Amino acid sequence: METIAIPAINLAPIMPEIILSCIAMLLLLVNVFVPSESKGYLGVLSLVGLVATAASVVSGWGQPVAAFGGAVQLDNFAVFFKLIFICSAALAILISDKYVVREEINHGELYPLILFATVGMMLMACGMDLMVIFLGLEVLSISLYVLAGFNRGSLKSNEAGLKYFLLGAFSTGFLLYGMALTYGATGSTKIGNIAGFVATNPQVATNSLFVVGMLLIAVGFSFKTAAAPFHMWTPDVYEGAPTPITAFMSAGPKAAAFAAFIRVMIVAFPTLKHDWTDLLWILAVLTMTVGNIIALSQDNIKRMLAYSSIAHAGYALVGFTACNPEGVAGILFYMLSYTFMNIGAFAVIVLIGKKGEANGNVQDFAGLGQKRPLLAAILCVFLFSLAGIPPTAGFVGKFYLFSAAIKSGYIWLAIIGVLNSAASVYYYLRVMVYMYFKPSEEDFDWVGMTPAIAVCLLLCVATTLVLGVVPGTVLELAQKAVQF
Amino acid sequence: MESIFFLIVAAVAVLSSILVVTCKNPINSALSLVMTFFCLATLYVTLDAPFMAVTQVMVYAGAIMVLIVFVIMLLNIRVEAVKRGSHAVFAGGAIGLFLLFQTVWFLGRGTLSGATGTMDRAQVVKVGHIELIGKALFTDFLLPFEITSILLLAAIVGAVILAKRKI
Amino acid sequence: METLILGLPVAYYIAMVAKVLVAFVFVLLTVAYATYAERKIIGHMQVRLGPMRTGWHGLLQPIADGVKLFFKEEIIPSEASKFAFLVAPLVALIPAFISFAVIPFGAPVSIGGYTVPMQIAAYYDQAGQQIFDINVGVLYILAMAGLGVYGIVLAGWSSNSKYSLLGGLRSAAQMVSYELAAGLAIVSVFMLSESLSLHKIVADQAGGIWNWYAFKQPLACVIFFICSIAEINRTPFDLPEAETELVSGFCTEYSSMKYAMFFMAEYANMVTVCAVTTTLFLGGWHGPFLPGWMWFIAKVYALIFLCMWIRATYPRYRYDQLMRLGWKVFLPLTLLNVVATGIVATLVK
Repeated sequence: METIAIPAINLAPIMPEIILSCIAMLLLLVNVFVPSESKGYLGVLSLVGLVATAASVVSGWGQPVAAFGGAVQLDNFAVFFKLIFICSAALAILISDKYVVREEINHGELYPLILFATVGMMLMACGMDLMVIFLGLEVLSISLYVLAGFNRGSLKSNEAGLKYFLLGAFSTGFLLYGMALTYGATGSTKIGNIAGFVATNPQVATNSLFVVGMLLIAVGFSFKTAAAPFHMWTPDVYEGAPTPITAFMSAGPKAAAFAAFIRVMIVAFPTLKHDWTDLLWILAVLTMTVGNIIALSQDNIKRMLAYSSIAHAGYALVGFTACNPEGVAGILFYMLSYTFMNIGAFAVIVLIGKKGEANGNVQDFAGLGQKRPLLAAILCVFLFSLAGIPPTAGFVGKFYLFSAAIKSGYIWLAIIGVLNSAASVYYYLRVMVYMYFKPSEEDFDWVGMTPAIAVCLLLCVATTLVLGVVPGTVLELAQKAVQF
Repeated sequence: MESIFFLIVAAVAVLSSILVVTCKNPINSALSLVMTFFCLATLYVTLDAPFMAVTQVMVYAGAIMVLIVFVIMLLNIRVEAVKRGSHAVFAGGAIGLFLLFQTVWFLGRGTLSGATGTMDRAQVVKVGHIELIGKALFTDFLLPFEITSILLLAAIVGAVILAKRKI
Repeated sequence: METLILGLPVAYYIAMVAKVLVAFVFVLLTVAYATYAERKIIGHMQVRLGPMRTGWHGLLQPIADGVKLFFKEEIIPSEASKFAFLVAPLVALIPAFISFAVIPFGAPVSIGGYTVPMQIAAYYDQAGQQIFDINVGVLYILAMAGLGVYGIVLAGWSSNSKYSLLGGLRSAAQMVSYELAAGLAIVSVFMLSESLSLHKIVADQAGGIWNWYAFKQPLACVIFFICSIAEINRTPFDLPEAETELVSGFCTEYSSMKYAMFFMAEYANMVTVCAVTTTLFLGGWHGPFLPGWMWFIAKVYALIFLCMWIRATYPRYRYDQLMRLGWKVFLPLTLLNVVATGIVATLVK
């Protein structure tokens, strides 16, 4: 019997994942001994874990290191995305402490599940092997299915969990089938090897297995990024899931899907670039338009933000369609700013909400401007940013995305994007109109700030404004991060 | 000889998978699925992948499908599936036909060839199928293999959260 | 030049068919007389005689039983799902028999220049040097054991009766639970043998009783045997057909030959399980003086006797106790055993 020579293992590139998984498992153990009224300490512990992970991620900046025979690679691109994931997880944990107590779902398993989801996202960002990307996606998805249904007593949350699970599993099937076909056509699951095979065998571009594989992979990732026409799950899931989880889902996992999508497409399918940019063009237009038009008629604010998040995925797809370094850097920047502005908006929704997910309609915001002026002003910052009005991060992000599209010659795409952006102002402004110009029936005395949410709001407002006013440094970092 | 065998097995596989979706009774659907898995396992055997075949039967037919049947029985679904409106059926059929046509057209256009790997029949017979899989898991696919443990842990935690009566 | 079919001489196929027949007849006869033996043994253990009237000391009882069941009326409940109801007994019976395909039951013999291994799904190369058998034999047995549950579940579901349904449900839960522990118990065996081929596992246990895996892996042996008893639904784990609460469980609605088939399936399963335990843990057909097949039969019969002894001795488990035993005792123990085996095996090397 021959012995297996186990190759040398370099753990450095996956150190962040290792740290975070260990913290998550530790939390699971600690959770057993923590009485239910002090589960909040688990949140503190998980924040500490996220900070440690972030430190370990940052140390990977500048020198790309691959490990496990090219299965993972920690490069600037991965580092940037991993920081986005960590931010979204940390912000989601910050806004959940008040929420879980109010909704009586104060189970300690919330935090490990968020951390596991983050591990999955990080694997997707640094995975250079289709298997690693797939497994990362599965770790992420399974944690999210559970998190979406975390409020077991609420029918809507149950529906969200089940719907997300069924449709998610379905879409994973597409993705996996695409990966299998690609493997069949090229003989490797490692993206690097696939790229090598494609470079030495250009005739593979006419191979049906390869092309169909690429298409199916694109379908799978489009589902995860909630691009139209694969967006059907988004509104119900976002509305039903617990609000902090919705905030998390709209920021982190979407960015993770984009990270893997971009890397796979650009590295593994360069010869089909013309085909998939055409495809993305259609996807981008559909996604922006569908998201914005349906969002116009939404009353429930979580549902409205769900459609708005579809539209934002569309803007990011514009940058992806452009497929030049500026476009990808634009996506990186946009995902970062979207994380802060969107989770910030959700933080305000958590504050305004009442038990049982009540008080979540646009009309319920009436009079907030008079009774709680500071909170209303903060929400305005986020809404301005989401609408893409200067001087906020959202404006800068959209500006870079659309200018990248123009640079690549997609002028019509940019025009459609700007038109969409203009249409979206209507539903964001509608909230503000209710806040400032409608008479109040409530006195909002149940709205109590907690330190965690205060920290979250502060971070989000500061980042949204700083990225909007002086975006230079971060944009430079984003441009440096465009390397695969 | 082998191609006749393949054709028979493939025909049964296709037939039973059609039955999976057309059977009105969920138990019969589940059993047809078991049949499909069996045919797949048989095909794996003819492809010199005995480990895959046995795993297919053990995991899918022997464990997962038993659980599915268990749940169907537990819910005791005797009501036959409700017939959908004919418009939806028609629309679905039309789209399906269109996609089928498109696929056939597409396949006719391009080439269909896979990359040839390093494994062949002689090597599988010489080294052994399980040995080869084991080696791949501990060398090339070490990281994915380890990630599965995290995946399973997350899934177990999730199952407990969603299903346990009191947490 | 002799004719070849798929690269093998015709004689190989003749030998294979012969082996199939021998094994099949052996199992059938054992099944028939195991029913008799069980009644006799339990009878004597309970200080009564058991069947005495049919033939000398009741020796013809199995035949009488068979004839009786054969002539009974076939009843199919009007509310039953007919196809599943008819197919269920077959589904229960077949996996019990086909597991025998991979079990080596004797030393190889030479006939007319060919070396024939006493294992159905195996053959020697033409030089008689190297054996080819299913190199995933252990997993094959586990897979077949996993399929056995379908017969019972189907029977329980298709009868459309409360008792049957409950029996079927219990059996599904029980078999799935114990399959895990049984599978993990075997893992420690093939960690030692470094192969999943049953031929290799038996060969490793040659040369004296101390080479038996029962002594190298006592814990795995005991757990595997107990789990197997649970998997074939025998007392003390016979909850699917617990007569005090479920009438007769999954086979309540069955009569005549279909009932007989379930009955046969139960005993055939017992024979299979005992044969597998013999092969994995008790040295297979190896033993001094006597020919291999005799040792094999002797060991299998000893284990069958043990099963009956257990039935005569222990009361039935309660359902929650059963589940606790499977998930909270056996599963962790087998996992520990795997880890311990790994450590010891590494250190010894």
